[in-house]
Amino acid sequence: MRKDLAIAAALIVSVGALLYAPTATRAQEEVVIGLLCDRTGATQTVGVNVCPGYHDYIALINSKGGVEGHRIRVVEIDHEFKVPQAMEAYERQKKEGAVLISLYGTPHTQALSQKLAEDRIPGTSPGFGIAASADGSRYPFLFPIAATYYSQAAAAVKFVKDQLGGSLKGKKIAYLFYDNPSGKEPLPVLGELSRQEGFELRTFAVPPPGVEMGAQVLDIAQRYRADFVISHLFGRSPSVSIKELKRAGYPLRKVVAFVWGAAEADIEAAGGFGVAEGYYAMQFAGVGSDYPVLDEIRAMYRKQGQEPPKVMASTVYYNRGVLIAAIHVEAVRNALKAKRGQKITGADVKAGFEGIKGATFGGLLPPLEITAADHEGGGWVQIFQAKGGKFVKATDWFKAYPEVVAKEVKATGIQ
Amino acid sequence: MIQRECGVLKTSYAADMALYPLPIARKTMVAIAVLFALVLPVALDPYYLSILNLIFIAVIGAIGLNILVGYTGQISVGHGAFMSVGAYTAANLAVRLDFPFWLSLPLGGLMAALVGAIVGIPSLRIKGLYLAIATLAAQFIIEWMINHFTWISGGVQASIEVPRPTLFGHGIASQLEMYFFLLVFVVLAVVGALNLMRSRIGRAFVAIRDHDIAAQIIGIDVFRYKLLAFAISSFYAGVTGVLYTYYLGIANYEQFQLGVSIDYLAMIIIGGLGSILGSVFGAVFITLLPIAIRWAMESFGGALFSQQAVLNLIPNLRLILFGLLIIFFLVVEPEGLSRLWRNIRNYFRVWPFAY
Repeated sequence: MRKDLAIAAALIVSVGALLYAPTATRAQEEVVIGLLCDRTGATQTVGVNVCPGYHDYIALINSKGGVEGHRIRVVEIDHEFKVPQAMEAYERQKKEGAVLISLYGTPHTQALSQKLAEDRIPGTSPGFGIAASADGSRYPFLFPIAATYYSQAAAAVKFVKDQLGGSLKGKKIAYLFYDNPSGKEPLPVLGELSRQEGFELRTFAVPPPGVEMGAQVLDIAQRYRADFVISHLFGRSPSVSIKELKRAGYPLRKVVAFVWGAAEADIEAAGGFGVAEGYYAMQFAGVGSDYPVLDEIRAMYRKQGQEPPKVMASTVYYNRGVLIAAIHVEAVRNALKAKRGQKITGADVKAGFEGIKGATFGGLLPPLEITAADHEGGGWVQIFQAKGGKFVKATDWFKAYPEVVAKEVKATGIQ
Repeated sequence: MIQRECGVLKTSYAADMALYPLPIARKTMVAIAVLFALVLPVALDPYYLSILNLIFIAVIGAIGLNILVGYTGQISVGHGAFMSVGAYTAANLAVRLDFPFWLSLPLGGLMAALVGAIVGIPSLRIKGLYLAIATLAAQFIIEWMINHFTWISGGVQASIEVPRPTLFGHGIASQLEMYFFLLVFVVLAVVGALNLMRSRIGRAFVAIRDHDIAAQIIGIDVFRYKLLAFAISSFYAGVTGVLYTYYLGIANYEQFQLGVSIDYLAMIIIGGLGSILGSVFGAVFITLLPIAIRWAMESFGGALFSQQAVLNLIPNLRLILFGLLIIFFLVVEPEGLSRLWRNIRNYFRVWPFAY
């Protein structure tokens, strides 16, 4: 019995070793990208849709012969939204030869910021992370590549201003936020804008885990009687906020959510589009399935004789995965072009990012322009509204108050 | 020939209490020292060193918690919070006052010890689950304070970037440098704890754990030793927090939340309560198990599932397996891995003459 077990174990190990071996030998012609995901942790609803989007776009590029003749290999590791796991995952990806890391999660971005700079490997943190890392001179190897919380706050105020008829003087705005560092990050920008625009700002903190906010919402709706609500919530809490606001009788067309409170899954968890009718959601990638890139991905699946995967229906996060992959591929392409197809390093990819300009993929991406000084690429967002069973575009790509954002980026530091 | 217990006679109390009860233990110690100081850092890729570094940090924290929970019998679920106290103290000292690591590290530990001793006050009146809730409250209060007091946390982002520690003008940044940096503290922590436990203080802790009224009757100042246990345990936690901060280059309280406290409790329960070696085993087990499972899934998963499915399955199966293996090991040996190790060792001590 024991002998049989030993033989079986040896067989399994050798088969595994055979399967595992080929990855090491085809290293010359490929570019390795490390992808950190959260498919099981606190923000699992994001990861299960973003990561497949990322893989699908890379598969599409590889099926067309890769980038400048180089295949792209993605090393995905799930970090369960835990920092030690993320550190280990990063070292593993570095060992595999990653020249670019797709970060996920603000605490992990912070934990890796110094390491990335020391190892000279660029990391991207779209829509989260350190807002001050938009400043490329201070964080040379961190790339937000999408609107940071500072830019999102500025855009939200601009949007509210337009909705309330062009002036915010004397208006009351409620800021409903998740009480953690990410939730509080936009506060300086909102405070500055409230002084500039003359509106009254009151903050309503939702303590973690963010599923209890009945009191705050009632306060907003009936005591404070806010003219508009800007909400910045994560995980399960956006859906709770929609439900609670509805219950308190607050009109959802006077609510605008930051980018992590704005997915189909949140709407569904709140009771469907019927309940959430009117809710405004900020986006840094295009929403909906009407983009040429997505058609190509669907065609790729059909060519392989498969149906396009179900995750494609979660367009908010899936499209973000495609967007992140698309920007990464552009950066790698720039790097390979600059090195004329020779082996590239993290520093080359960094330079590649800083040359990205104007690739919009039929409206899926904003008119990004990443430079050595501005790693955010402008801070563009779009606002969508839940209307008649789907998200409808409410504004085109826009950015707001760049001078206020720039000032806060410069001022961020130990206080 | 390897020497075993046979023929080793102890004729004094000192010999009985020695750190190395057998001659072979001394040799093993030398071998382990050579392995960790010379062989591993040369032989291993930085990736494996990075795993060892994470284990080192966990070992120090687990030993600290074991002193309190395993040896003194006072349960605490605020270990993560004490780490954050150490981390933020050191980070503030290092950034605002430019303190070098050899000053901010012990000061971070001492601040955590002070906070720990204050949090330990309820332990004088309550025990068991009640104490767990009291320390849970401490965890939340400390988290909240760091999140909201910007003079502690350094701004609304509640994170302070800390410069790398320097020694004689040389920055400690790469995984190899970090390895030696952390190794020193692990050795200090292990040797310190081993010695503490065979001293008067350690005996007092064990007496309190076994029966606090009896301990009081034989003349142990329960008030003093309970608080001391909290202080020492928190000192270890604080040092863990500081080391972690230096390792990452940033202090952030989100790295020390309730889940971390639970993880450390899991480490010492799986490793073995009331055992220094058990703390080490537990830290290694909890840190390595997810990595090992992922490695196995990546290697063999492809044979059973499609690539896309594997990507989704790995993390989920990893969580399930992680839980199952913890249950499995606890069923096999409820007293933890250190007991399992002792059983194996005892078997070979008298081998091949089993009877």
